[in-house]
Amino acid sequence: MKDKIVKIDRRTFLKTTSISATGLLLGMHFSCTNTAKKLMGDPSANFSPNVYLNINGSGDVTIIAHRSEMGTGIKTSLPLVLADELEVDWEKVKVVQAVGDAKYGDQNTDGSYSVRMFYPIMRKAGATARRMLEQAAANEWKIDVSECKAKNHEVINSDGDVLGFGYLADKAALLPMPEEHEVKLKSPEEFKFIGKKTSIVDLEDIVTGKAIFGLDTKLEGAKVALVKRPPVAGGKVKSFNADAAMQIPGVQKVFEITSPGFPLQLDAPLGGVVVVADNTWAAMKGRNALKVVWDNGVNGNYDSDAYMETMMQKAKVKGKVRRKQGDADKALQAASKKVEAEFRVHHLSHAPMETPCAMAHFKDGKIEVWAPTQEPQWARGAVGGAVGLEEKNVTVNVTLLGGGFGRKSKPDYVVEAAIISRESGFPIKLLWTREDDIQHDYYHANCAQHISVGLDESGAVNAWRHRTVFPAIGSTSNAKANEPSGAELSQGVLDMPYDIPNVSCESNNASAQVRVGWLRSVANINHAFAIGCVLDEVAEKRGVDPAQNLLDLLGNDRNIDMDALSKEFWNYSEKLEEFPWNTARFRNVIEEVKKLSGWGKSMPAGSAMGIAAHRSFLSYVACVVEVKVENGKVKIPKAYYAVDCGVAVNPERVKAQFEGGAVFGASIGLKSKITVKKGIVQQGNFDTYEVARITDAPVETEVFIVPSNEKPTGVGEPPVPPFAPALCNALYRVTGKRIRQLPITV
Amino acid sequence: MSAFKFTLNQKEVEVDAAEDTPLLWVLRDNLAMTGTKFGCGKALCGACTVHLDGQPVRSCSLPISAIGEKKVTTIEGIANGELHPVQKSWIAEDVPQCGYCQSGQIMTAVALLNNNSNPTDEDIDEAMAGNICRCGTYVRIRRAIKRAAKEGNS
Ligand code: FES
Ligand code: FES
Repeated sequence: MKDKIVKIDRRTFLKTTSISATGLLLGMHFSCTNTAKKLMGDPSANFSPNVYLNINGSGDVTIIAHRSEMGTGIKTSLPLVLADELEVDWEKVKVVQAVGDAKYGDQNTDGSYSVRMFYPIMRKAGATARRMLEQAAANEWKIDVSECKAKNHEVINSDGDVLGFGYLADKAALLPMPEEHEVKLKSPEEFKFIGKKTSIVDLEDIVTGKAIFGLDTKLEGAKVALVKRPPVAGGKVKSFNADAAMQIPGVQKVFEITSPGFPLQLDAPLGGVVVVADNTWAAMKGRNALKVVWDNGVNGNYDSDAYMETMMQKAKVKGKVRRKQGDADKALQAASKKVEAEFRVHHLSHAPMETPCAMAHFKDGKIEVWAPTQEPQWARGAVGGAVGLEEKNVTVNVTLLGGGFGRKSKPDYVVEAAIISRESGFPIKLLWTREDDIQHDYYHANCAQHISVGLDESGAVNAWRHRTVFPAIGSTSNAKANEPSGAELSQGVLDMPYDIPNVSCESNNASAQVRVGWLRSVANINHAFAIGCVLDEVAEKRGVDPAQNLLDLLGNDRNIDMDALSKEFWNYSEKLEEFPWNTARFRNVIEEVKKLSGWGKSMPAGSAMGIAAHRSFLSYVACVVEVKVENGKVKIPKAYYAVDCGVAVNPERVKAQFEGGAVFGASIGLKSKITVKKGIVQQGNFDTYEVARITDAPVETEVFIVPSNEKPTGVGEPPVPPFAPALCNALYRVTGKRIRQLPITV
Repeated sequence: MSAFKFTLNQKEVEVDAAEDTPLLWVLRDNLAMTGTKFGCGKALCGACTVHLDGQPVRSCSLPISAIGEKKVTTIEGIANGELHPVQKSWIAEDVPQCGYCQSGQIMTAVALLNNNSNPTDEDIDEAMAGNICRCGTYVRIRRAIKRAAKEGNS
């Protein structure tokens, strides 16, 4: 259990150890799966050369999707990579979602690294199997394998003879695994799926209402559970009265589940009082009728607006220096011109359209759960730990996720369902209402920042001081972790790429008084906003075009040795040699987005464009937002992105992520804000916690994907960070007012 | 608990439910029709949209007792042998990301196009503003509605 948490913790940024799991996983996946011996004497045997692939005698191919589908298209994209190398007919492929099991390698669908981590593995898995099928055909024909070539579900030889994958499957299953050097990956020109458009495998099920999300599994005899949770994070039940609730027809049981108190855990429920009923409506009415007296615990006085000002005071004084070149303080004192600004970003809630939910059935010393989870292995371990079962007795089925955005990597709600099933003795469908979701989230960390930029007489920028203060995600579960980690600061602060001689990046302490967690692009949201806006002010001070300003400050094309600039720099768990910080790629996306948007063209009165660029999750993104202000209302007729994410496996889905990322950015920029008073979240549903609707979103979003053979990098999160600052910079051009707080009030 | 009879996707159904039970939970809990989704429970997001005599309604906020003789159509009931033209245009434009909101989006779009075969951007904004898509598929929803309109009119 302990080990487990350490392993999945890569996203909590408590550690910055750079582990590239790829090599390890390869060994693991390929050595344990050669089933040849087992298959001896079984003529109907399937060909399963690795845990992700099965080919049966009819040539039906099953590919396992081991990462969770929450809307990115990963359930399609990774199987597609394997399928491409395997040379299959995609029509004959069935994609099956994996349960949570360490044998699949990392399943934590989070941090925009699914393709990055598994692209090489899936290619090798497909290419190895292809080679074995070719070898099986060669043996049949008694020729050398070099004369055999797999193509579209068949192997062909130089005489034009053909054998189908189905025919070859059981023969291939008896072969030894090929040697490393025998496995040949395709060259990019040979790709049949990678880089081309493929629709997601669940498309038709989704548009017909057949797709199965968290609560759609049919489970015989299931009861519905709702929980009344402590309104203040870390609070506890003092006493409760269930009499009125038990009077509601259909209510079966009411009982308490305990809370770990504060600090809270990333994988434990909040505790509270559970109502179990025959149906959802009875459970809702029962919960409404509950009377609970709470002990609010240590966070009963948390006021997020007041805390923002506390953090801002800390952002205005010298903090802990986390990156230093030259002497920024001195250079600022000597500067002939300065730009100085404060930036505030408030708590945000993920609010995926599907609220947290799970089904659980505890029976005969085993438990099976069905859950929309981003991290089924963590869920498996946490469920086992909570109900006292070994992992082998815990099955975690992964349904489709109705959105995740980081919320559903935490398994607290899955654990909650499991505990309730064990306590009640029923199979349980646990529903979170929207109010539950918005009031008991793992919120995006609120953040106060102060940036000072100094210019010399020539207008060159020679000093940069960035101070950021926000509760570290680690402080949710560890009260001592009250200083942001290097990983959190490498999301915009330590990795500042501009060529400035005097730099000081500083942090100060702060603590989580609600549960804080990662939300789509995490600390990049806050830092890209502040930096993107401040650079627009610098451009103005320098009297140059804002896009040109970015290019000027970037300096010569080079790989930046970030490790040398700050020993705490974190490159999303990858080595800089593998995934460099390359300013030429950054420059290129800025230039491409200028072309795409027609940057610099004259705009009608009330309309303007703004620009921002940001590298996150190892992808380079530049964004231009076009705004139109009408009667004080902000409209976004168009957004433009240029992205360099290395190889785009399914470019059509990459575009979709950017279209959606723009909308997510519009929510952050224009709509969403969580405030806390006396420890209680003030918002509850979409009337008070607003998110972008069709009327707020960009009417059109154009995306240019830089053609590339570089290693694939993230696309789920990278569109979000530059959107809000580009929007703010555009608005400034219309209103003349600088924006230093999100969401924007015009 | 009372018995209610109504027409669902052109079939008579009968359920036993408390009379204030929202149609959404009757569909999902009593009838195991899970295509219609819960998103907010307060008529704020549109995930639960179904048709009542062809008009879009939020089933999370419509008590079963209010249905009477009216006909209910859900996402499972709009394809007629083959997919509905709106479903086809949704596929052609690859609209869904996670897909969770899409039943509601499609039901609202079908009703819009039934009432207005050639909607403008403003018509689309007005009809679709009640349907949230947190994944942000709005640009494609707009395109798919226009495609369905064009194909329906040609
Ligand atoms: S669930 Fe009915 S409108 Fe949101
Ligand atoms: S597609 Fe995910 S909420 Fe709309």
